[in-house]
Amino acid sequence: MTSAREPGIPDKVLIAEGAINPMAAGSLRRDTARNVLRQRSAVVGLVILAVLVLVAILAPILAPYNPDDSMLKLGEPGVRGQPPCVHLLGCPADQPQHLMGLDSNLRDEFSRVLFGAQISLRVGILTVGFAIVIGSFIGAIAGYAGGWVDNVFMRLMDVVLSFPSLILAIAIVTVLGPGLINAQLAIGIVSIPIYARVMRASVLSVRETDFVTASRALGESSGGILSRRVLPNALTPLIVQGTLGIGGAILEVAALSFVGLGAQIPTAEWGSMIALDRNLFQSAPHLIFFPGIAITLCVLSFNLIGDGLRDALDPRLNR
Amino acid sequence: MIRFIIRRVLSSIPVLIGIVLLVFVLARVIPGDPCTATYGEKATPELCAQFAVRYGLDKPIHEQFFIYLGALAQGDLGSSIRFGRPVADILLERLPVTVELTVAALLFASIVGISLGLLSATRRNSPVDVGTMIVANLGVSTPVFVLGLFLAFVFAVLLRDTPLALPPSGRLSPGVNVVPLATSWGLKELTGLPRTFLDFASNMFVFNTLVTGQWAALGDALRHLILPAIAVGTIPLAIIARMTRSSLLEVLGLDYVRTARAKGLKERSVVVRHGMRNALLPVVTVVGLSLGAFLSGAILTETIFNLTGMGKTLFEAISGRDYIVIQGVTIIVAVAYLVVNLIVDVSYAFLDPRIRLG
Repeated sequence: MTSAREPGIPDKVLIAEGAINPMAAGSLRRDTARNVLRQRSAVVGLVILAVLVLVAILAPILAPYNPDDSMLKLGEPGVRGQPPCVHLLGCPADQPQHLMGLDSNLRDEFSRVLFGAQISLRVGILTVGFAIVIGSFIGAIAGYAGGWVDNVFMRLMDVVLSFPSLILAIAIVTVLGPGLINAQLAIGIVSIPIYARVMRASVLSVRETDFVTASRALGESSGGILSRRVLPNALTPLIVQGTLGIGGAILEVAALSFVGLGAQIPTAEWGSMIALDRNLFQSAPHLIFFPGIAITLCVLSFNLIGDGLRDALDPRLNR
Repeated sequence: MIRFIIRRVLSSIPVLIGIVLLVFVLARVIPGDPCTATYGEKATPELCAQFAVRYGLDKPIHEQFFIYLGALAQGDLGSSIRFGRPVADILLERLPVTVELTVAALLFASIVGISLGLLSATRRNSPVDVGTMIVANLGVSTPVFVLGLFLAFVFAVLLRDTPLALPPSGRLSPGVNVVPLATSWGLKELTGLPRTFLDFASNMFVFNTLVTGQWAALGDALRHLILPAIAVGTIPLAIIARMTRSSLLEVLGLDYVRTARAKGLKERSVVVRHGMRNALLPVVTVVGLSLGAFLSGAILTETIFNLTGMGKTLFEAISGRDYIVIQGVTIIVAVAYLVVNLIVDVSYAFLDPRIRLG
């Protein structure tokens, strides 16, 4: 999505006048930040993400209960799948307040949703981080070496891409055994090809530039050229792809948890919370809605920011 | 054109072999022993030795692979360790459920997605456009299983006693029966491959009831299909709507569109006949690439709506460590994905001469 750009002096003119030096990383970063903030949807995404990060950090303070404690254990009254009780909305003051009700094990749903933010944010960032590191390593080597190395690596990536990602991830988790870490690993592995391709494409285009030839002429080693010349110039598309990928990774790990291959009981992970109480959806829909809304907001924030970054960094839009 | 197709088909053969090898290796390194998984407490060393011989698990792994490959080439996917039935039979029985769901979701996503994209591109920045894009953004961010449960709650619980109520599980209401095609067409003696195809088509209830005119059963089957199809189709719908919008906006800014307007064509004809024809190319690709999303969605949705298709089969197989079935499902799904992408590529080349000549 593109938003209307405010009229002003085009960047191209500023570059020609020397007001903007496109090679200076600092000003590129500033430009990007300004362009992102100019888009309403990206700002919405940033605000949602900021709230989620705060919730994740402050969860131990904000949560009225321990997410794993049953009301039975605490000696408080409660019913399985009890609907939300909010004092401000007319719930009798003599009943203990549960903003999002109780789950099927008499645990406070609100506390569990808050702690779930920690897990989902960590899952998204770690999974994509892993895929970016391995993927860009493979892509950089394939693109820089060329020839049969390129062929072998990229055909391997084609094989991975020829599976619907969730199905391959299910197959991998079956091998590794169910669990949150293994689910992240599986989703990370199936998303490696995307980053390998992005990295390879960038490397191929940067490899032929004059400043790389100059570095080579100056006797810099292949490793040095890759890490100091090629990598910094290939980062932009990786960051855009990665931000969009975090949303997808959170969705897929939640899906694995939902089918029982990801986070295990009693972890307060949004996908597995829904899986646990999905048979109560007729009598206690709040146990589906609150974690469901939480996942959607979390994924939405990364998608909006990713779209914003892509639009802000797309040189075709910078006219 | 024919050279392009041959080149494209040949280039997918190494990928195909890679798929089979990867699935085979994955299925072999699964922890846990299929013998104990099958017999449980009753598993003795002697019983397990017999078991290994029967399923060829005692041979060296590379030999197992070539035996598997040879059988696969003949359409033999092996026998399910748990059910003792050929995997091909099980999948043939259950694949129609998934195919029907996927096709329904595909139709829903393409028709609604392209219309919404068209609407928001032609009314850029209007409330319709903003609304569509908000829905599209929410659509790609909502997990399939949350949407499925939400739809089930709204249409089966909140609207229970209204005319809008829809069933939340199964393929048919109790008491409704679908007559198999073999019976309605008097082809009960048919055997072999034709019979297989007939039974396959027969198991796609909507198709079956439509061609044989079982209207009551058709209505019932359709009502059961609506909620799962919407759940599966929403993420691709959002992607298709966004793609249609941006692609159409790009095309509508081109010179030939201005020419069409300048020569006095009606706006409707400019957008539909000149704009859409070219804007649809990237949309076709996106629809093809969404097939993975459709299949993954179908697998998650089948468990929610209690449909016995490929997804449910896969889960039963995973929990029972039924290697052979896991292999079969994964290979069938991956091959279907490969073939559809091949078709999309070829149709793309058909629509755009630059690709087949380039």
